[in-house]
Amino acid sequence: MAKSHIELTINGRKVEALVEPRTLLIHFLREQQNLTGAHIGCDTGHCGACTVEMDDMSVKSCMTFAVQANGANITTIEGMANPDGTLSALQEGFRMMHGLQCGFCTPGMILRAHRLLQENPAPTEDEIRNGIAGNLCRCTGYVNIVKAIQYAAAKINGTPFQEAAE
Amino acid sequence: MIPGTFDYHRPASVEDAVALLARLGEEANILAGGHSLIPLMKTRLASPEHLVDLSGIGNLKGISVTGNDVVIGAMTTQFELISSEELGRHLPIIAETSRLIADPQIRYKGTFGGNVANGDPGNDMPALMMCLGATYAVTGPDGSRDIAARDFYQGAYFTALVHGEILTAVRIPIPSPDHGYAYEKLKRKVGDYATAAAAVVITMAGGKCTSASIGLTNVSETPLWASDAAALLVGTSLDKVSVDAAVAAAEAITQPASDMRGPAEYRTKMAGVMVRRALERAQSRAKG
Repeated sequence: MAKSHIELTINGRKVEALVEPRTLLIHFLREQQNLTGAHIGCDTGHCGACTVEMDDMSVKSCMTFAVQANGANITTIEGMANPDGTLSALQEGFRMMHGLQCGFCTPGMILRAHRLLQENPAPTEDEIRNGIAGNLCRCTGYVNIVKAIQYAAAKINGTPFQEAAE
Repeated sequence: MIPGTFDYHRPASVEDAVALLARLGEEANILAGGHSLIPLMKTRLASPEHLVDLSGIGNLKGISVTGNDVVIGAMTTQFELISSEELGRHLPIIAETSRLIADPQIRYKGTFGGNVANGDPGNDMPALMMCLGATYAVTGPDGSRDIAARDFYQGAYFTALVHGEILTAVRIPIPSPDHGYAYEKLKRKVGDYATAAAAVVITMAGGKCTSASIGLTNVSETPLWASDAAALLVGTSLDKVSVDAAVAAAEAITQPASDMRGPAEYRTKMAGVMVRRALERAQSRAKG
């Protein structure tokens, strides 16, 4: 089986690689690019821990072949901090609102929330919950995850932060 | 879980894709969004030797209005269906249904064509396409042909599509702007297939139902078009007696499996409940 040559951009960096067609994007990122931020949770497309940004879409990288990302622009959690190294609004929100417990779902949550806020800069609590419906938190820490995303939206929009009702 | 090995092909035109499928034979599979196929490949329930990825074929994407039809390219994603203002104006039931499919990430990649063509009785679009009287445009080595959605589904994962053919577009007649519609889906959780679901489109005039169409999801080996049930509604005011009769007729054609979504009797009753709720909501939206 012939390997495929792919060229893509990952966190602003041009990457060229030879991949087996069967190589999943999550394995390519973690094992060939040493970007271990995106996690393999369920490995069946349900949990969203492997979520990365691909050409303005949130995708589950365990359900995508690396060859399908040929030519794509990919962002992983390693590319989410501000250029000066400080935390982005979403990362700060997760820290300030205690939006993580074990942290395993966090990279996927932040990447998914990033796309959600690009499309809907001021989501309601209901829209946030629907927006992260493809991401599971086994610690069940959703209340603080929703608050973290509201914190980030408020910070980006320059509006006062209002906590979701408990 | 790692899929078996395969060769990857990304043709740039439908003609090239059809030629590739003809040359590669039965061991080649079409790759669209991949969110049904890749899970099967990871568990090795599917081990195609070749994947023909349709994502490089530009003219398979997009939504347009031609005459009295909306035409949707097969590679249009669920996200694009939800985002299309034009589609929302003519056929809002499609976005209403898309929003109930899988989860946000999967809707960015999952395609309309894949949902209607792969023959999974759990998919939501097939029953809706039967309800709307859609036609599938198919291209194969012997040329192109049209297949009515109502004639397309023959069994679980078994359709009128023969190997080597590609579904390229779906044509849907635009209903009256006054039509009422609803897609009601009972599911256990986000991302689940339906325990039972119903698509309803009706028109009303002077308080009477002038046309009705009903599709049912995941309560048989194939999606169902409940034509007898719908016929019982035409000419009525959608009063309780008429709706009860239609619900009973819809339940009568279901043959659900007993599975982790519930015993067959329960799923049949839930199909009836979904029809009743969809009718109520469709009536509230119908003008006339």
